[in-house]
Amino acid sequence: MHQSILDYGGRRYLKLALALCGLSLVLYLWHDPRSPPNGGTWLGYTLGGVGAALILWLTALGVRKRSYASTLGTLQGWVSAHVYLGLALLWVATLHAGFQFGWNVHTLCYLLMVVVIASGLLGIVLYQRFPQQLSQNRAQQTAAQMLTELQELDERTRRVAANASADEISAIDANIAGTRIGGSTAAILSARDRSTVLLPGGASQPEPNPAQTRMLEWLSARLSASDDPLRTRALSDLVSLIGARRALLRRLQQDARLRGWLSVWLYVHVPVTFGLLGSLIAHVVSVFLYW
Amino acid sequence: MSVERFRIAIVGAGPGGLSAAARAAELGVSHVLLEQSPAHANTIQRYQKGKHVMAEPNVLPLRSPLQFAAGVRERILDDWASGLERLGVNLRCQSEVTRITGERGQFTLTLQSGETLHAEHVVFSIGVQGNPRRLGVPGDELPCVQYTLDDPDEYQGETIVVVGAGDAAIENAVALAKQNRVFIVNRAEEFARVKDGNLSLILKAIDEKTLGCFYKSSCVSVTATEGAETPYLLTLATPEGDTAVPCHRIIARIGAVPPRKFVESCGIRFPSADAAALPELSAQYESNVPGLYVIGALGGYPLIKQAMNQGYEVVGYIQGEAVEPADEPLLAEKFAALPERLSVSATLQRMQQRIALFAAVNPLMFRELILGSAVHCPREGEVVFRRNDYTNSFYTILDGSVQIEIGEEGESRRITLGTGQFFGEGSLLSGRRRSATVYAGAGCVLIESPRRDIVKLMSSVDSVRSVIDRLFIVRAIQSGFAPNTPFEVLETIAARARLTRYKRDEALFKEGEPGDRLHLIRSGSVAVSRNFGGREVTLSYVAAGNYVGEMGLLGRTLRSATVRAAVPTETVSLDADTFAELMAHNPALRADIEAVMRKRIVSNAQTQSSTAGGDLISFLMRQGLGEATDVLLIDESLCIGCDNCEQACAATHGGTSRLDRAAGPTFAHVHVPTSCRHCENPHCMKDCPPDAIRRAPNGEVYIRDNCIGCGNCERNCPYGVIHMASTPPAQPSLWSWLLFGSEARATESEGKSKAPKKAVKCDMCKDQSGGPACVRACPTGAALRVSPAEFVEFVSSEAAER
Repeated sequence: MHQSILDYGGRRYLKLALALCGLSLVLYLWHDPRSPPNGGTWLGYTLGGVGAALILWLTALGVRKRSYASTLGTLQGWVSAHVYLGLALLWVATLHAGFQFGWNVHTLCYLLMVVVIASGLLGIVLYQRFPQQLSQNRAQQTAAQMLTELQELDERTRRVAANASADEISAIDANIAGTRIGGSTAAILSARDRSTVLLPGGASQPEPNPAQTRMLEWLSARLSASDDPLRTRALSDLVSLIGARRALLRRLQQDARLRGWLSVWLYVHVPVTFGLLGSLIAHVVSVFLYW
Repeated sequence: MSVERFRIAIVGAGPGGLSAAARAAELGVSHVLLEQSPAHANTIQRYQKGKHVMAEPNVLPLRSPLQFAAGVRERILDDWASGLERLGVNLRCQSEVTRITGERGQFTLTLQSGETLHAEHVVFSIGVQGNPRRLGVPGDELPCVQYTLDDPDEYQGETIVVVGAGDAAIENAVALAKQNRVFIVNRAEEFARVKDGNLSLILKAIDEKTLGCFYKSSCVSVTATEGAETPYLLTLATPEGDTAVPCHRIIARIGAVPPRKFVESCGIRFPSADAAALPELSAQYESNVPGLYVIGALGGYPLIKQAMNQGYEVVGYIQGEAVEPADEPLLAEKFAALPERLSVSATLQRMQQRIALFAAVNPLMFRELILGSAVHCPREGEVVFRRNDYTNSFYTILDGSVQIEIGEEGESRRITLGTGQFFGEGSLLSGRRRSATVYAGAGCVLIESPRRDIVKLMSSVDSVRSVIDRLFIVRAIQSGFAPNTPFEVLETIAARARLTRYKRDEALFKEGEPGDRLHLIRSGSVAVSRNFGGREVTLSYVAAGNYVGEMGLLGRTLRSATVRAAVPTETVSLDADTFAELMAHNPALRADIEAVMRKRIVSNAQTQSSTAGGDLISFLMRQGLGEATDVLLIDESLCIGCDNCEQACAATHGGTSRLDRAAGPTFAHVHVPTSCRHCENPHCMKDCPPDAIRRAPNGEVYIRDNCIGCGNCERNCPYGVIHMASTPPAQPSLWSWLLFGSEARATESEGKSKAPKKAVKCDMCKDQSGGPACVRACPTGAALRVSPAEFVEFVSSEAAER
């Protein structure tokens, strides 16, 4: 009973978009202007008008999305239409331009439109693939619950470290202090672990500790050298706790990565849309000014 | 030593008792107000600081020498304290009454201290909360033993033993464990009968050793240890033998002793053993013991204003005044539409005479019932309710008649019910939609009573319960399988039908047993499962109003499947002989039942083709879908986590979202967010003092504005979907936010708002056109609302996808 935006309503907007593309292609082939095809012919104006109307309507999704009490269709229907008609826009606008490009405000407008559509396409792909991964990665927990679990895990680790020696306590504290989740956009999107740890008896500077690797190495070295049964017990407990921490950190980083990707494309899609609207006004005004 | 004598002794200084004492003081009547706790209005004293106390019902005027209006706790307590002083009320705190003997004119009250008092009349206003159950071991009078915990942060670095295994004990123990060394003492070997959230909380705490637990242990004694580091020693009997635990404090949360036993020891009778039964009272609040009066929650009036009014009135009655009850004008207004002009009391009397069902109800209870009810005079032919409406009120016919249209459209027929009869009990009991449309006849006068009041009446008056129960069975059989069988035959069959209650997961019958009964599900729902390779696989789910077990009954074979209650369930069952008799009267019945059978065999086979479907059903049943009428399900393979659903919910509901998308369990890719399921018999409605929780005709369970913010519904909801919230400040519009950078939109109000907190929950956007905003605002189609009717379709479509 759940339907994706691509399958919404028996794909009616896909059909509408295809019909629009087909119709404009037929007209384009049938139309035989004296000059090479361009935006200045009657067909050019018609396609341009359709394209501009589409752009304004596509932008209106931002308003509809926030009109929570609106009964004008469902938001899902709007998004489905937005996707298919947005893709059709590329076709309509290209025929409107008659494949004529140059170093001018008109082509700038076209390019901005291409960027918006391309980022939207990326969005569609991400929306199809990432939600499932996100859900699997979360394993029934919310991000906040995972962070609470991390905190609790760290408290337990500290308590166990207290049974080992002062070195372990300071190493565990340094490990916690050096843990990084997220960071720059690039770090979030690549899920690169830039955690560090400053270990007693190790380097004087904090050492890289991606996926807790350095911490585990340090602990296992001490574990293999231990001959006190109580200490051995505490150290092996610490190894397994850090192992659990490694898995949890990985999930948190993946969660941030997936959520990051699900929203990062909008940071291109939306601002460039406003750029597109500006250049569209410039394009229309200049066309009529030099008519 | 001479014993003190009073005209009136009032037991319990809650709102009712205070008001009664104040009225007595005002009239100059000798009186004493006895309160066991250290101060007046103990319950309100223990509210959190600054809590807003409401003054429902708004329409009821206040009658008391003491002031009372909605406001913060402190102001109300101050008003009362100054009122008591001004009027010179004889209040004695820390005076627990342990025994009352005697009769009107010469009662003897014995206090905990051993002191005795004499009083001519006694007014009980002790509420229903009761006293905390004591440890009952030597040393339980020591100051280290306490029965409440107001603020867990008050204690630090102590060793504290919490005795008890209920929600209160767990919540206290876990809260204290943050800053103290805590042990919890559980008499059983596990924590049963606690909320799921608390269960996982305590098990985790024990597992992580943040607190210690003594299972299968009980207290033996408490002793003070002079000079030791920890001042007390608690001795426990554990499976390993007696263990002494040095501690600073013992908090016993082992429930409360309901006041009923004490009340009964004074000679007051309760009409039934049901825990919800109310004592029998006259219209002057007098119990069966002359001179002994009961007011407030104990008499069935849980609201502050009601209790205060009764306190005022009861003193008047004792003094022999003709006091007109405060609700008189309200009733007069209700009766204004009636064709005959009679006084309020005459009208009430006439109602009880006309309607046999209410004949045995005591006048005070009946008055309260009518006060909560509505009186309708519909025109002839007007629809009272329609088939498939979700309303659950109960109707009695005071005058004229109604026509009930039963059966499917096309082949429906009408039954006439006359004066004194009742209808609407089906939806009342099962929580299901109305099964018939009812039309008003000529000169029809109807009394419509809310479900809550009828349920209360049923638990207090046995005759009401048995009459309603029996007619329910007759009508269930009639509409379920035998619409053409004469009423008399049905009545003899109904007398042999059995009404059974099942706990969650209890089996109605098991696979392989001989099948000899057919069950009609009256309320709740059941899951049908079968054994595949040693594993019980759920095949389907059957909702209330349908029947199960017909397969075994027709062919006299062994049960082919196990049927278990998915939620607490009630069934009406018929045995094979009774059923054969029914079929003899109605040859078409066999064909009908065979048709149902065929349908079920096909649907079972469909879900069976993938055990995944069965697993999904079991998962959804565990999330309470067995009693849901509409539930929000999110497809996590489509959800992008934008929270537009929550935004939409908040934006259309005064700024507070009623759903928490991320929280809640997931199975495969189906996520059940924390959002109302609109249960068939809503748990939240059970104990709402102002009766603010209602069900709309389309099934939406919603909370009206007269909510007093007591939090009962929040505690009663097993799914955690109700919370207390105050109205956050208004949000800027999209354009002012976009163009002028007005303050950012937030879904929850930050900080502590002064506005009173009220309960909020999903109302399924019943006042929005276009349906639920959460679903309409989902950009990817991940949010979906499913009703039981669509449930099988949903499961098979989800199972087919995988």
